[in-house]
Amino acid sequence: MSYLRRASPLHAARAGVGAAYCAAIVLAALVIGNPLLLGVLALAVLAAGAGAGAGARVARSLCLSAPMALLIVIVNGLVSREGLTVIARLGDGGPFGQIDITLEALAYGAKEALVLVVIIGACALASAAVDPDELLRSLRRVSLRSALTATIATRMVPLLALDARRIGDAQRCRPDPAGRLAVMRAITANALDRSLDIAATLEVRGYGCARRPARAYRAWSRHDLAFSVCAVAIAVTALTLPAPFSFYPSIHGSFGASTWISAAVLAVAVLAPFAQRRGVAR
Amino acid sequence: MNALALEGVTYSYPGAETPALRGLTVEISQGEFVVLAGGSAAGKSTLLGVACGLVPHFHGGRFDGRAEICGMSLREHGPAALAGEVGTLFQDPETQVVMGTVRAELAFPLENRGHAAVAVARGVEEVALALGIEALLEHSTAELSGGELQRVALGAALAGRPRLLVLDEPTSQLDPVAGDELLGLLRRLNEEWGTTIVLAEHRLERCLGAADRVIALHRGEIVCDAAPSGFLDWAHGAAPALETPGATLIAGLGLHPAPAGVKQARTTLRAAGLLPEREAPAAAPERPPRRLRRRQGAAASLRLRHVWHEIRGGPAILAGVSLSVAAGERVVLLGRNGAGKSTLLRHVAGLAEPTRGRVERDGRVALLLQNPGDYFIHDRVADELDAASLRAAGLESLAARHPRDCSGGERQRLALAIVTGGEPAPAVLCLDEPTRGMDREAKAALAEQIIGFSQRGVAVLVATHDPEFAAGFATRAVLLADGRVLADSSPADLLAGGWYFATETARILGGYRGILTAPQALAQLRPAAAPIGSTR
Repeated sequence: MSYLRRASPLHAARAGVGAAYCAAIVLAALVIGNPLLLGVLALAVLAAGAGAGAGARVARSLCLSAPMALLIVIVNGLVSREGLTVIARLGDGGPFGQIDITLEALAYGAKEALVLVVIIGACALASAAVDPDELLRSLRRVSLRSALTATIATRMVPLLALDARRIGDAQRCRPDPAGRLAVMRAITANALDRSLDIAATLEVRGYGCARRPARAYRAWSRHDLAFSVCAVAIAVTALTLPAPFSFYPSIHGSFGASTWISAAVLAVAVLAPFAQRRGVAR
Repeated sequence: MNALALEGVTYSYPGAETPALRGLTVEISQGEFVVLAGGSAAGKSTLLGVACGLVPHFHGGRFDGRAEICGMSLREHGPAALAGEVGTLFQDPETQVVMGTVRAELAFPLENRGHAAVAVARGVEEVALALGIEALLEHSTAELSGGELQRVALGAALAGRPRLLVLDEPTSQLDPVAGDELLGLLRRLNEEWGTTIVLAEHRLERCLGAADRVIALHRGEIVCDAAPSGFLDWAHGAAPALETPGATLIAGLGLHPAPAGVKQARTTLRAAGLLPEREAPAAAPERPPRRLRRRQGAAASLRLRHVWHEIRGGPAILAGVSLSVAAGERVVLLGRNGAGKSTLLRHVAGLAEPTRGRVERDGRVALLLQNPGDYFIHDRVADELDAASLRAAGLESLAARHPRDCSGGERQRLALAIVTGGEPAPAVLCLDEPTRGMDREAKAALAEQIIGFSQRGVAVLVATHDPEFAAGFATRAVLLADGRVLADSSPADLLAGGWYFATETARILGGYRGILTAPQALAQLRPAAAPIGSTR
């Protein structure tokens, strides 16, 4: 919804490849259990955002995810009954019984929070650098109406948000400002008007007789190839890397050379496609 | 083959008591440029709806008669089937763009028709080049200005090279620059591609010069169907509200023919010896009158002191604007889209806080934003206002109606009554683009209302793109650009001296004596009967 075409390798890659690259990062975050690798992955996503010219956007998303990440750490620390290293005894919690905070529960919560941060970062990267129209157009060959509905929704949501703000302003200009319910009614009525206008536009653009779009051939660019290869590399590395880690009953894991090598491979796989800057502008 | 052929078409919207079109019979040939004229609710938009198939297939209702569009019967073909032959452009550019990027938007109608990928790519490229929007192809539609968005919507309407293009007030939300560009494009499409154009427009002075024919509608019936000069001759006697200022001027001077544009009016005046063969060079701009400059420091209802509005990580929308408006003064704010007019009004009304500087108000500020419908929250007009205010606004007859079912002018009056009602009475009244989609009569009524407010001591500030409307009420004109005040002077100075922000009469007379309207011109030219410019 906030896609802006910029001169970056990720923007230059086709939308399907860009989406697969971001999906590979999400997959890696979900399967990797080692917090060191997750931390490296989070930093790599941030650097990838900068490489795509959307560093501030990705960083802002990561900052917005921080409260939720903190909540995960706190909730897991409070509810988890596992772990051997008790670091605080909070006493009787009534129906919840004895509440003990363990180091393992906090560490596991921190690891889950890192997973969340990486996923949000990858989604922010996709939202900023993957063309939703192109992506949905490719899906229109599979499901014409659903893909178009999704496209229009991505266009309409910010438009309706603007409308709502405008109507809110108009209501503030009334000498007797209306209640929230009345404003909501006005916004809903406006949204229905907008929907009718959009439906009329779709009709006069021939949507009523729409056919499945023809397959378009487009030569694979160096960026398409680079991001495809790296998406596969990220997924394979995440699924096969030798960095086991367990949190319960006590923390056991590797921070040895093999883990550092895996981290380096992962970071290179995420960032390598951004090294190629030829032909990024349109 | 005709582009459009209607025979005895009568149409009523669902639930409507009276038909919107009554026994309409008309033929429009391929390659014609036709302008539809008429007041609000005359049937212009409904006729365009028939031409693109939305009436009756999308809107429903009762349809009688026969309609053929580019050889296709309307009974058998809906808007989607007609879309290959008919391109359509409405008023609001925001709701005519459905995709996220310009390229996707232009490709959409071609893809719907099942064109091969190569044909889609070629069609997009060609229409983008034809409309000069090739540089925008990769842009997100969310980042386009109103003028660019309208151009993209026109591109989508033209992507399949339709034979007929129907447009419903496409310039009503554009500034004069973007509006003139769009009309220039239409003229080129008509001349070079042979596209038939049917255009509904209230500001006839902007488009008659390009038209081959004008069809005037009144209450769903055709009341005039003639070439532009024939239409203006008819309007002079039968419908003065449809007469252009240039035509009023020429007819008032007893000259002929009625001019379809500025050039023709000047030729007629020259032939009559009222304009010199060669114009005198334009005089150097004068300093603002001392009276106006002094007023900045006089007792004012509104004072803006070095007001800045800076977006974090973005531009400065207002850059140190200082402005004072005295009680009873009527100020018009002019400037292209994005100049900062609406933001300025939001600051005046307290909807936005300056990032630097301050706004001082001598009482309540009433602000009427661009869309009057945003103010309505009830299902009946009577519930929006108390009985006394309703009577004062002259809206008693509409009491039982739903506000959204009122005409543009009625909605504007209702919204104005809402914001100016209540206690205490406003000291400042701000109106943001109040004439969008209004006919000339409604504009004149609004101008009278504005003058009425100022006579009661209310300071009035109006942002508009419509110089003819501004000339009807303003006592002072302010030109904004890039958030800065470029000029602050009398309307005669500002509206008579420019190209875009000038009335038609001023353009015809070349800014002579700061004359802005046809009545002013007639009052000054009739007794003189001396060539303009000789007294400069």
